Amino acid sequence: MSEPVLPQAGLRFGPPPDAGRDARDNAGPAARDNPRPDAQDNARPDPRPDAQPDARRAATVEFEHVTKVYGPADRRTAEARPPAAVSDLSFVVPAGNICVLVGPSGCGKTTSLKMVNRLIEPTSGRILIDGVDIATEEVTALRRRIGYVIQQVGLFPHLTIGENVAVVPRLLGWSPVRQRERADELLALVGLDPARDRDRYPAVLSGGERQRVGVARALAADPPVMLMDEPFGAVDPIVRDRLQNEFLRLQDELAKTILFVTHDVDEAIKLGDLVAVMAQGGVLAQFGPPEEILASPASDFVARFVGADRGLKRLSLSRVADLELDPVGGRGPGRGPGPDTAGTTAAATPDLPVVEPETTLKDALSILLDAGAEAGLVVDRAGRPLGLVRVETITARMRT
Amino acid sequence: MTGRPLVDWGWVVGHLDDIALATLQHLGIAALAVGAGFAVSFGLALWSVRDRRVYGPITAISGILYTIPSLALFAVLVPFTGLSVVTVEIPLVAYTLLILVRNIVAGFDAVPADVLEAANGMGYTRGQRLLQVELPLAIPLIIAGLRLASVSTIGLVTVGSLIGDAFGGLGVLIKDGIAAFFPTKIYVGAALSVALAFGADIAFIRLQRALTPWARARISGR
Repeated sequence: MSEPVLPQAGLRFGPPPDAGRDARDNAGPAARDNPRPDAQDNARPDPRPDAQPDARRAATVEFEHVTKVYGPADRRTAEARPPAAVSDLSFVVPAGNICVLVGPSGCGKTTSLKMVNRLIEPTSGRILIDGVDIATEEVTALRRRIGYVIQQVGLFPHLTIGENVAVVPRLLGWSPVRQRERADELLALVGLDPARDRDRYPAVLSGGERQRVGVARALAADPPVMLMDEPFGAVDPIVRDRLQNEFLRLQDELAKTILFVTHDVDEAIKLGDLVAVMAQGGVLAQFGPPEEILASPASDFVARFVGADRGLKRLSLSRVADLELDPVGGRGPGRGPGPDTAGTTAAATPDLPVVEPETTLKDALSILLDAGAEAGLVVDRAGRPLGLVRVETITARMRT
Repeated sequence: MTGRPLVDWGWVVGHLDDIALATLQHLGIAALAVGAGFAVSFGLALWSVRDRRVYGPITAISGILYTIPSLALFAVLVPFTGLSVVTVEIPLVAYTLLILVRNIVAGFDAVPADVLEAANGMGYTRGQRLLQVELPLAIPLIIAGLRLASVSTIGLVTVGSLIGDAFGGLGVLIKDGIAAFFPTKIYVGAALSVALAFGADIAFIRLQRALTPWARARISGR
């Protein structure tokens, strides 16, 4: 599989004016150390006035005391009731955020997700999208404006890849020409070649390609909300990593509100603007941005669930550029010497491993430990040294 | 029998129009039976898919019908429906039910669960899901059932000759051949009945290919 081509510009269905800005401004705790610095630029409105006739901005998703109990709902006595699958779940996902629901199996995360598009109806409580109670909406209309991606993908084997992508537009009654244009646009967006793949059947696709088509299909009608149920769970780790990175780049452009279910803590931390850690019985154990979950777990359960290596995991949330670097070659403090020192520094620090400002602290630590070095030289794209990063600076970061 | 040829080609050439008529009649009776049987079976199968509890009783009843000899069924029906095409069609239709109901239900059961969940999640209505997702994906097994039903029905039409010469198709040729000790009629009737069965089978295979282009992609697309 060749490296997918990501669209550079001219997306016809980016968020409408100010949607991206709203999304990021509302992000609140999610506005972490901006690992996706170009998000706001990409969210700029499309200059073509006709570009997005029915684009909607991302929507806020709100759970209000949502409880789901399977079995007879009419039993009133507490002891006769079966245990709840989801218990009194309340949280708000601001527009444009990725909220990852994570927890061990049986914690009700998938049940919670399916209550948003009403594949499962809550026993009590409300779910609001942009303030509107979804129980008041017509169920098929609701589902057609919520993107849905599942682990097994569920592509329709009897429809071509292009037809699969255009399923919701067809249900919404778009013209065939528009359906086809939209399918081509989305296939290109997820890194497939419309000319080659549009008229083939899904049976010819690899696992990673299938999941890309699944994402394209979910995006087809430009839904303000996306639900993703372990979408990358069935592909091998290398493909998963690539799909995750593509997914983050896509989200930078699209700024959808995404609810994402996984059992993989690393995936939750990597992808989530917000992470909802759920425990058995569908109890919300902690809700917050990933660094908060890692830095101060709310309970023993959360601490155990995120793992003993949560210090290390935190390092993958920060980059070398976030650190105070030590000066190179004994010069004065500051973020990098003048250009004239380039030659001398290289001579003064011949054996130091080199890292880039964009390298995550986790990778930087790994590079330093591998090289057996106490410090590494940070250089910019042009190879100019910016400063030194020390092992102890990084490990200090783990403990704070 | 010595000296007489196995097939009297002179008779065949002289009675081409009678033979053609019997063949068409045979095909018509069989097509009506399979068509009606399919309509009834499709309804019963949909009911079974929606409500699993009825599937057992439906297959049990159609299984019992399948075991009743056609002669006995004719004997029971004649007082009610007379010596008519209805008397011939009722057993033929009844015999298709077991095969068709089972295959149609199996076809719907074979639709992958993830496909159904995706269809629900994307906002298909129940009717849209049935017609646009489940039915197309059930086609291979449905057509497998139609092939079996049509082949067995085409063979069975011959017994309709017991009810009357208008209802037996090629069976009438066979019956007359036996009565007149004229083997040519028996051979021609039997051979054309077999040929019709083969033809129907091939037609359904063609139909399936035309309706399921994606199935070929699965084989050749690797």
